[in-house]
Amino acid sequence: MTGLRSWLVRRLLLGVVQTVAVVLLVFALTEALPGDAAVALAGDQPDPGRIAALRETLHLDRPAPVRLGEWAAGLLHADLGTSLTSGRPVASYLAAGFGPTLVLTALTLVLLVPAAGGLGVLAARHEGRLADRLISAVTLAVYAVPEFALGVLLAAVFALRLGWLPPTAVGYGDELLAHPAALVLPVLVLLARPVCSLTRLVRAGMIDALASPYVAQARRYGIPGARIRYAHALPHALGPAAQQLARTVDWLLCGVIVVEALFVIPGLGTVLMNAVTERDIPVLQGLAVVFGGTAVVLNLGADLVTHRFVPRTGEAA
Amino acid sequence: MHDGPLDAPRFPGLRRRGFLAAAGGAAGLGALALTGCTGPAGKAADGGGTPRRGGKLRAAFAGGGASETLDPHLASLFVDAARAKALFDKLADFGADLSAEPRLAASWEPNARLDRWTVRLREASFHNGKPVTARDVLYSYRRIADPHKAFRAKASLEPLDLAASRAPDQRTVEFALKRPTAEFPNLLAAFGAYIVPDGAQDFDHAPVGSGPFRFVSFMPGRSALFRRHDAYWDGAPHLDELEFLVANEESARLDSLLGGQVDYAHELTPTTARAHEGRGQIEIVRLRNSAMQSFAMKTDRPPFDDKRVREAFFLLADRKELVDGALSGAGEIGNDLFGKGYEYYADGLPQREPDLDRARHLLKQAGAEGLRVTLDTSAVAAGFTEAAAIFRDQAAKAGVRVKVAMGSKDSYWQDTLDSGSLCCYRSGAMPIESHFSQRLLSASTTNATQWRHKDFDALYQQAQSTNNRQDRAAVYARMQRRLYAEGGFLVWGFADWILGTARTVRGVAHRAPANTLDWARFDKVWLA
Repeated sequence: MTGLRSWLVRRLLLGVVQTVAVVLLVFALTEALPGDAAVALAGDQPDPGRIAALRETLHLDRPAPVRLGEWAAGLLHADLGTSLTSGRPVASYLAAGFGPTLVLTALTLVLLVPAAGGLGVLAARHEGRLADRLISAVTLAVYAVPEFALGVLLAAVFALRLGWLPPTAVGYGDELLAHPAALVLPVLVLLARPVCSLTRLVRAGMIDALASPYVAQARRYGIPGARIRYAHALPHALGPAAQQLARTVDWLLCGVIVVEALFVIPGLGTVLMNAVTERDIPVLQGLAVVFGGTAVVLNLGADLVTHRFVPRTGEAA
Repeated sequence: MHDGPLDAPRFPGLRRRGFLAAAGGAAGLGALALTGCTGPAGKAADGGGTPRRGGKLRAAFAGGGASETLDPHLASLFVDAARAKALFDKLADFGADLSAEPRLAASWEPNARLDRWTVRLREASFHNGKPVTARDVLYSYRRIADPHKAFRAKASLEPLDLAASRAPDQRTVEFALKRPTAEFPNLLAAFGAYIVPDGAQDFDHAPVGSGPFRFVSFMPGRSALFRRHDAYWDGAPHLDELEFLVANEESARLDSLLGGQVDYAHELTPTTARAHEGRGQIEIVRLRNSAMQSFAMKTDRPPFDDKRVREAFFLLADRKELVDGALSGAGEIGNDLFGKGYEYYADGLPQREPDLDRARHLLKQAGAEGLRVTLDTSAVAAGFTEAAAIFRDQAAKAGVRVKVAMGSKDSYWQDTLDSGSLCCYRSGAMPIESHFSQRLLSASTTNATQWRHKDFDALYQQAQSTNNRQDRAAVYARMQRRLYAEGGFLVWGFADWILGTARTVRGVAHRAPANTLDWARFDKVWLA
């Protein structure tokens, strides 16, 4: 167990370094973008005097390292800073976007895991037969549809043509859960591709395992088929699936820009888009910290799962 | 100030929020002939039957995310301006022809030199019951003009000498000006020049204005709910409640309108308009002359420092093709002058047509045969990149090689202000005088064509010192003839501004380009 603990400590330290690197990179890249918050605010009225005044009021006239240093000092006191554009705390931006993002992520995950697991197992059990070929063909086809196109299509059919569901979640704000019908289409769009990729991974892992010598040996011992499938073969498939699941959760938590825009659900993706347009560096840095931290924790979690179910690969990860 | 709506794809399918045409009002004015408008006159503010009281109207706009504010002096997006207009008033606002109409001001009178103006306020009250007084007016303007701040209307109020302006009584303001300013009322109507209560600083929590609606709630980047102000001086609104909802994607605004989630969708595309016009499901409203579309030639540097080259470029452009291609036909052609249909517009000048032979001849005279020039563009506004590509092909027919250069949309306006020689340019509606003062005088801060001529400046000052409207119009006509002959703006079109409304919505003005008084004006709207 000490091996695992020191591995964990090393991974966490590495994660902190990675997050710091992400924050620095975001800062540098934003600085490198043409224009700054003052130019973005001035927009179509690029009066040089006004831009200079804006820079002054936004304290952009100070050198970049000083600004970054002050922000980092605040971070040590758990202060994420204030938005350049509005002067409101960055934490309030993150809090506002986090609610809708969390709702979408949770709903998607709750449906994703059983759906992909079930379909994957089903396909594996019927390898080469109709059910398998059907699942494989459909998952491949759906995976190829971009989310934007799928979203527009679903809204056109189920909301506008058939009138079964609301086309957007406009105006529902923080009360998304009070309007479950408005969440059906966005969650479907979010599910579409991860279900396909996970199903295929579970299927492949299961088939792999079912053909392995240890399963053949188990069969020879007369262990029941169901137990072999779920207690022996399925865990083998979970290693790669956990990694993929971690990437999916990461993607969901870091803001799903297209779905948020299409269905008017102002989550973290929307916060990110606006912050980039406005060159609102403190907000971008706050997002980088959150996104970086999320990615580190999720990958660590996935590695632990892999380590648990497929010990051979755990250390390598 | 130029650029009304920037609806440019940030990446496929996503459109960027629109900045407002500053200074602007824009009247759809030239638009007496509202071809293609479904039932314009019938639905205009005074048509459409007897107004019915009650109900809540939900209006979808593109927004600015969690940074949005209700501070009316910080307004820069269309949604900011629409909300500010619901909560607050200006002393004046722009009518359909971009002439200033009194609002909180009941009247204005200049002295003989036109450098002192006395404004009488009408009787009006803020939402908290307090009267709107001269102190509130001076406070609001001084706040905007604060040298340590960068409020958008500051440049428009620059002619005011606020230190020397006074409030002799509660409802009289004596404005001192730094120089004669015949168009002083335009300042009162300037974009963002709203009147707020004396001392007001915080607009995020329960802002108080004198506008037709009072504050109920606000979630930046999501929604704002307002309720009728019963004591509104211009008559209480018909609606009980007005809700602004933010939806940045055009498809989301359209879908929510079609799906009955909103009653009014601001900023739709020409494609959407064509698909739904006259189908009976929703009403499409086209606000004519909302945005000037042009190419800006920098007149102080080669090759455009030679006026023959500029004239040749005027003759290269096939405006009809540009309007049909870049605006999908949602607009009308321009004649190299700003403000078609606005007060003082020189509409007597012959419409410019393509004339490639003459263009070639002029280029040859100027020694610019086989000219190569770079045209800066960006996805910063609808139709920009399309217009650039179309013009490149048109110029090629006369042997001019135009290279189209794509720039960053977030810094486009600043990037093209001083650099390059030719760029795509647009402007929301504003009075022609404001267009001159902001862009065409030696001291103009956003002089995108680098048009700096002492005699032109002198004509502007002459107009500002001329009280008689007819005489002033004559001076403006002279200035426009000069620009028509050798200016730097190749104005090829005026884009429509497109709205969609539910069929139950009545009283939406059709002659009101983005930013004029009647644009996004919900106090005269009702639900049938």
